[in-house]
Amino acid sequence: MIGDYTYYEFSSILAMQAFAGLILFSVFVMMALGLAIIFGQMGVINMAHGEFMILGAYVTYFTSIFFEHYLPSLFGIYFFLAMILAFIVSGALGMFVEWAMIRHLYKRPLDTLLATWGLSLILQQFYRSVFGAREVGVTLPEYLLGSISLTDIIEVPINGLFVMGLTLLITFGVWFLMYRSGWGKKVRAVIQNRVMAGAVGINTKMVDRMTFGLGCGIAGVAGSAFTMIGSTGPTAGQLYIVDTFLVVVFGGAASLLGTIASAFTISQAQSTMEFFMSGSMAKVLTLLTVVGILMLRPQGLFALKIRR
Amino acid sequence: MTKDTKSPNLYTMNRRQLLAGMSAIPLLATMGGPLRASDFPTAEVNKTGLAVTDDKVTVGILHSVTGTMAISETGSVEAEKLAIKQINESGGVLGRQIEVIQEDGASDWPTFAEKAKKLLVQDKVASVMGCWTSASRKAVLPVFEQYNGMLFYPTFYEGLEESPNVIYTGQEATQQIIAGLDWVAKEKGAKSFYLLGSDYIWPRTSNKIARKHIEDKLGLKVVGEEYYPLGHTQFNSVINKIKLKKPDVIYAIVVGGSNVAFYKQLKAAGIDMTKEKPVLLTISVTEDEILGIGGENIVGAYACMKYFQSLENDNNKEFVAAFKEMWGDDSVIGDVTQAAYLGPWLWKLAVEKAGSFDIDPLKESLPGIEFTKAPEGYVRIHENHHLWSKTRVGRAKDDGQYEVVYETADLVEPDPFPEGYQ
Repeated sequence: MIGDYTYYEFSSILAMQAFAGLILFSVFVMMALGLAIIFGQMGVINMAHGEFMILGAYVTYFTSIFFEHYLPSLFGIYFFLAMILAFIVSGALGMFVEWAMIRHLYKRPLDTLLATWGLSLILQQFYRSVFGAREVGVTLPEYLLGSISLTDIIEVPINGLFVMGLTLLITFGVWFLMYRSGWGKKVRAVIQNRVMAGAVGINTKMVDRMTFGLGCGIAGVAGSAFTMIGSTGPTAGQLYIVDTFLVVVFGGAASLLGTIASAFTISQAQSTMEFFMSGSMAKVLTLLTVVGILMLRPQGLFALKIRR
Repeated sequence: MTKDTKSPNLYTMNRRQLLAGMSAIPLLATMGGPLRASDFPTAEVNKTGLAVTDDKVTVGILHSVTGTMAISETGSVEAEKLAIKQINESGGVLGRQIEVIQEDGASDWPTFAEKAKKLLVQDKVASVMGCWTSASRKAVLPVFEQYNGMLFYPTFYEGLEESPNVIYTGQEATQQIIAGLDWVAKEKGAKSFYLLGSDYIWPRTSNKIARKHIEDKLGLKVVGEEYYPLGHTQFNSVINKIKLKKPDVIYAIVVGGSNVAFYKQLKAAGIDMTKEKPVLLTISVTEDEILGIGGENIVGAYACMKYFQSLENDNNKEFVAAFKEMWGDDSVIGDVTQAAYLGPWLWKLAVEKAGSFDIDPLKESLPGIEFTKAPEGYVRIHENHHLWSKTRVGRAKDDGQYEVVYETADLVEPDPFPEGYQ
């Protein structure tokens, strides 16, 4: 017996708590990947990241409505199509924003912070004026709801499993794109030495645009997936932005591996502490820990070793 | 204690109190139709230089239509405009048509104060319907007291405030909380409670009252009390804790976007609220919030407040129909929206009782004002500027509406400074 609980109860809860931590980890990775690509690879601080996510969520919402009205028989699979659409729409908007705004600001990184913050306000008000100020509810296919009972205590949420699977898939996709494809090689070349990359014939402007678009597209997919666990409204993107930056900065701005490691550390710390104390206190302690570590290691957990 | 929403004495009571109200206001009782402006010369009814002319009176609406809070405040604006339109159609106030100046608080508290000052000083409005969060109300309060304005505030809130310049048309905490807890203890046989909330003044104050009531008055047990930052989106840990502690009642005061995350994850974790236990009782989810949460994610939960769109009385049927006609068939009406609708009506009744738009006579005439056509039934303004009102418990259905399962037999007295609960 531990306290008032039997070993069986206690170990079951431990297992579920570990699983809760893993879900949080997946959510963090998904939120942060898009930002890590943009921030890490291009040095652009994209404050409108949350709004790109919510665009994905709205795309999902409208896809669900479309299927409900016109293709009710295919409603079960709309979610997958919605994620692809979310990627395309958010990515396209990202490329447009890069063309219209960001490319003029590459030499002034602090100004990108202001400009993208302004963009996030504009997008929020745009969503509010066009889609309405109220939150919308996205109807999910039945099989994505509910949980799988393993024992009478342990229940595994299906949406959590889904997010985990999707995170794995996207992470693998990004890794493949960045480290195994010709395009990724170009991206990395541009980061390491823009002038030289241009000299050997890489279209650096195009690479920038595609990279920004990819980051925003992934944000869109994340937003689409988060309709399963969170809210969809004009300002819902703000809910994610702090955690997202925390993960990316803590992980070391230029490293994808760092982002994943930092998401793991923060999510595990937070969900463990949440179990033993109130949510607000857990958050305070997590932030304190991150601040402490960043004071000792300003470059974050992982840093690329490149010649400056 | 009846499950029937039409408690048999509701109508008879209304009629009796309507008659009482009429006899208390001889002016109204003698009037066959709407008042004529010519009987109330502007010089008489407006001695303090308000924006009142021979045929018009100007009031202000001050809510956020941009920014984070727009999601919540939109309904209030709609309800207030509906009430004003109806008042104008029935002849206006003291024979004068109401004109509206609407200002946007933009979800920013200093902006609220600035706009309040503009409405009172520059526009000289006769009254203001506005504010939603306690923070915005606290920001405008000094302005209303300094320039002697009158604010009608619609949201249920934590209490601990009473101003001569504010009428609180929503419930204060004890009205909303105590009746619900008594009900769940008696009807559901609840013995243990898990209190949960977003981390700011309203949930914390409300849970403090709830804990005192549960432990001291009911003699039951609180097995956990927790707060999560506003906007928190991951509730898996606390859900595990709830599963471990196995409370009879989850008492949830989660607000905003967190709400959606909380109920979706609760459902995903296999907590089925349509079953006997645990009972989920909330005071923060109106029909408005269910739009975002999705009916299928919250079906079976109980909410405790004074108004539900599904109330079956004639006032409410008319109100819902008028609201949908003005704002669209798919609009939903939550507790605060209804409370916002009361504001212009209570102001009209008080002005006509006082025979003046000026704030000082208005302050004297407000306590005791009765509104018999309120969608929630009958309400009356208490000396402390809050409303006497019934408290009801509703159970969420998957279409996003509540089914009323309980209502207090009598009006609950507002008690913004409850003794023994501090």
